Amino acid sequence: MSSALTAKDFTNAQEVRWCPGCGDYAILKTVTRTLAEIGARPETTAFVSGIGCASRFPYYLDTYGFHTIHGRAPAVATGLKLINPNLDVWVVTGDGDGLSIGGNHLLHALRRNVGIKIMLFNNEVYGLTKGQYSPTSRAGTRSPSTPGGSIDSPLSAGQLALGAGARFFARAIDTDKIGLGYVLKQAHGFEGVTMIEIFQNCIVYNDNVFADFTDRDNAADNQLKLQQGEPMLFGADNEKGIRFNPDNFTLEVIDALSNPDQVLRHDADNRVLAQLLVELEKPVALGVIYKNPGESFEKSWHQSPGQRLKRTRSVSEMLHNSDTWVVS
Amino acid sequence: MSDKKSLDSIVVRLAGNSGDGVQLMGSQFTTSTALVGKDFATFPDFPAEIRAPAGTTFGVSAYQMNIGSSPITTAGDRPDVLVAFNPAALKVSLPMLGSGALIIVNNDSFNARNLAKAGYREDPRETGELDSYQVVSVDISHLNLEAVKAYGLSKSDGSRCKNFWALGLLMWMFDRDLDPIDVWIRKKFRNNKVARDANVTALHSGHAFAETAELAEALPRFRVNAADLPAGEYRGITGAEALSLGLTAAAELADRPLVFCSYPITPASPLLHHLARYDELGVGVFQAEDEIAAICAAIGASYGGAIGVTSSSGPGIALKTEAMGLAINAELPLVIVNSQRGGPSTGLPTKTEQSDLYQAVYGRNADAPIPVIAARSAGDCFYAAIEAVRIALRHMTPVMLLTDGYLSNASEPWLIPDMDDLEPIKSNAPPQPDDSRDNQGMAFERNPCTQGRPWITPGMLGLMHRLGGLEKDFETGHISYDPGNHQRMTDMRAEKVKSVAKFIPLQMLELGTEEGELLVIGWGSTYGPIFQAVKQMRQQNHDVSYTHLRYIDPLPENFGELAGKFRQVLVPEMNMGQLSTLLRDKLGLSPTTYPKVTGQPFLIGELTEKIYSMLPPVLEVDGDLVTNRRAE
Ligand code: SF4
Repeated sequence: MSSALTAKDFTNAQEVRWCPGCGDYAILKTVTRTLAEIGARPETTAFVSGIGCASRFPYYLDTYGFHTIHGRAPAVATGLKLINPNLDVWVVTGDGDGLSIGGNHLLHALRRNVGIKIMLFNNEVYGLTKGQYSPTSRAGTRSPSTPGGSIDSPLSAGQLALGAGARFFARAIDTDKIGLGYVLKQAHGFEGVTMIEIFQNCIVYNDNVFADFTDRDNAADNQLKLQQGEPMLFGADNEKGIRFNPDNFTLEVIDALSNPDQVLRHDADNRVLAQLLVELEKPVALGVIYKNPGESFEKSWHQSPGQRLKRTRSVSEMLHNSDTWVVS
Repeated sequence: MSDKKSLDSIVVRLAGNSGDGVQLMGSQFTTSTALVGKDFATFPDFPAEIRAPAGTTFGVSAYQMNIGSSPITTAGDRPDVLVAFNPAALKVSLPMLGSGALIIVNNDSFNARNLAKAGYREDPRETGELDSYQVVSVDISHLNLEAVKAYGLSKSDGSRCKNFWALGLLMWMFDRDLDPIDVWIRKKFRNNKVARDANVTALHSGHAFAETAELAEALPRFRVNAADLPAGEYRGITGAEALSLGLTAAAELADRPLVFCSYPITPASPLLHHLARYDELGVGVFQAEDEIAAICAAIGASYGGAIGVTSSSGPGIALKTEAMGLAINAELPLVIVNSQRGGPSTGLPTKTEQSDLYQAVYGRNADAPIPVIAARSAGDCFYAAIEAVRIALRHMTPVMLLTDGYLSNASEPWLIPDMDDLEPIKSNAPPQPDDSRDNQGMAFERNPCTQGRPWITPGMLGLMHRLGGLEKDFETGHISYDPGNHQRMTDMRAEKVKSVAKFIPLQMLELGTEEGELLVIGWGSTYGPIFQAVKQMRQQNHDVSYTHLRYIDPLPENFGELAGKFRQVLVPEMNMGQLSTLLRDKLGLSPTTYPKVTGQPFLIGELTEKIYSMLPPVLEVDGDLVTNRRAE
């Protein structure tokens, strides 16, 4: 059974039920292909999801899958990973599921560094409930629940992750096979928790919300594809670069051709840099933004204080481990 | 007064500030009681605040115990002995005392400030208010400080020893050996020589004081006859301890790890604390970020093949409700422990109640039945926990185990079970992988007798399938919105819970005859007082019988028949009549409810009064009319 698998081995016969043209299709394809490429096994892979369009994901995979309840997937996945650390446990969530109703669980899964791989499909809208604005919707978003435009400011998945102490944060675009495949592989090989924000187009309720940087015509000038150790260059001819401005503590775009030595090199270990990168709006930073390995929660949990889950004493012994007396 | 009184049982209450060490004093006294072979029951009564303002009535911490020779099942209605460390403790305890009770007051604390804090305008020692009691005033605070002076402790550190000083005095009254407590103190304070020596000295000084002072004249001495307990090895146990050992034992019997996921809440937290120390017994404990995460992580652990358990009290259980529905739909085993407390909302966190029965049986969205069982006493929590796990694994269902604040903290002597006498717990084996079949259907091939599906866990080769909260097809296990299928699945879920009744023992009577005038039905922690009340009534030849429910839903198959043989049914409960409603609903019974929601357990006297009031004035015995009322 250990022969090489293909994407097909991870796909099941269920009819996929997302809207035609939904970004989820592209993600599904890249995920199954990547699972095959990284040598994952269907029997040791589990996908756990919450509620929302994205959370239907496990139904379309021939791995173990658990479609749980709204917002709680990280908690269920934590329990599963604790009991069986050898599993690859992926969590599929969305901006409503993960950042609104399930914000608390996401926050704590990230800070604990549970070795679960979280994919957050961000489409800045509630799809399954028919188009209400979400916690990542930009202020002014018109939706059935905000006919005059939303008034609250959006939450940044990256800021949340870094603020919560996540040790791995990456971003990708739904249709970008290479970029998404790359971060999935990086996440898979990482010991602790990983969070990947995927910009996912909801063609029905929020079409083109990311077009300003995902459209082919806009991509070169608006995407900063990060590579560890490489200079932060973008533009059709890599003519633009990113520089740190020490006067106002921000990143800024410069002419890379005339100032090559001022262009920053990407250093995913650098938390401060990661915080600046997730803030950057134009261009949008993509790829592995932050990566700082540390022992996973499940590993520490199994080691401390004794050997958890391994029976080394009998209950019988414990029953008598107290002041006892005999009645004859 | 110094000749020993010989008694069958005696109720002792210790009361003081949270910081007076009353709970420690009580538990040590209980241990010494156990070691001399007396039966006992205890009831710690804590204030809701951790260190409530000293001297106030709401800050009183108390420990009550009933010691005796005949089976003791409650902490006693009316204390015979009260040790009051301050005026507030006296004020709170006074209404509970039996007439003629002995009150030992700590004289030193009866100053103007403490009297005012307790709400006394005048000193009750001088107003005649205590005339019907036997009052012994002892300068506990300063005699203790005198005793420990040599250790150079600060006044506040020195006065911490006064619980042991008072314990020494109590030990003399009950003619107890100081050695076990002496040993315990030396062990407890082995790293703090000064505290160790000071406490030992306080203990012995209190004892010597009682013996030598002229007080020996005033202080009565008690001799409590030894209990007639079944032979075997015993230990003292609280409900929380028994429950944690029971869960652990169940995991061993099932040969599975136990993963306990919880969020701190009063009065459920002791379970979390006990289990956190059982890692060598195959237990993993996960303190989650909230109640919902706790149950979800437990579900995740069950999904992974462990026995997932979560625990909380009413408000936390409410938060877990949606996830219980998920476990029902996913057909995963899970145990949910509810240590009930007074409510609604935050209610009375440290006080006991049985008011989450509706929540347990009826309190979920949709038709979402789960088996519900309840523990009756501290030691019984052990067996109830094993039974909960057994049902969960057999039927692949969440199970609700009800206990309460009283049971969690109460302690009693417990005959230590032999693990070899307990039946192993089986789980539903996974099928053999079969390429010619759809895995999804194989995961939902249910045992027709239990409706339990195979427990397939991620990692098993060739059995990959999808679980979820969406309705699935009865046969194929794939998502289904088919109307007929939803009916069939709903029927299956109801049948699953009903089928539990096929595996449980028939209901028996605790006391009484198979038919008659009045049947008292109890459930949960009311066992102790009801048992005593019915026993007393029967000793007076009243026609009253008693049965106690472990299985709340489903009820034992013969329960309707059993109850139907009595003209009247009485249900005393620490709620407004929830079991009564259930019995009306499930069996068409028309019970009389006796509700009590004061945050305190039933008193035996309250129950005998109630039972008495329900009995007809006369009854027919062999054609003769005889009175069924006790002599007025
Ligand atoms: S509503 Fe939007 S996100 Fe949901 S399936 Fe349709 S296109 Fe995709």
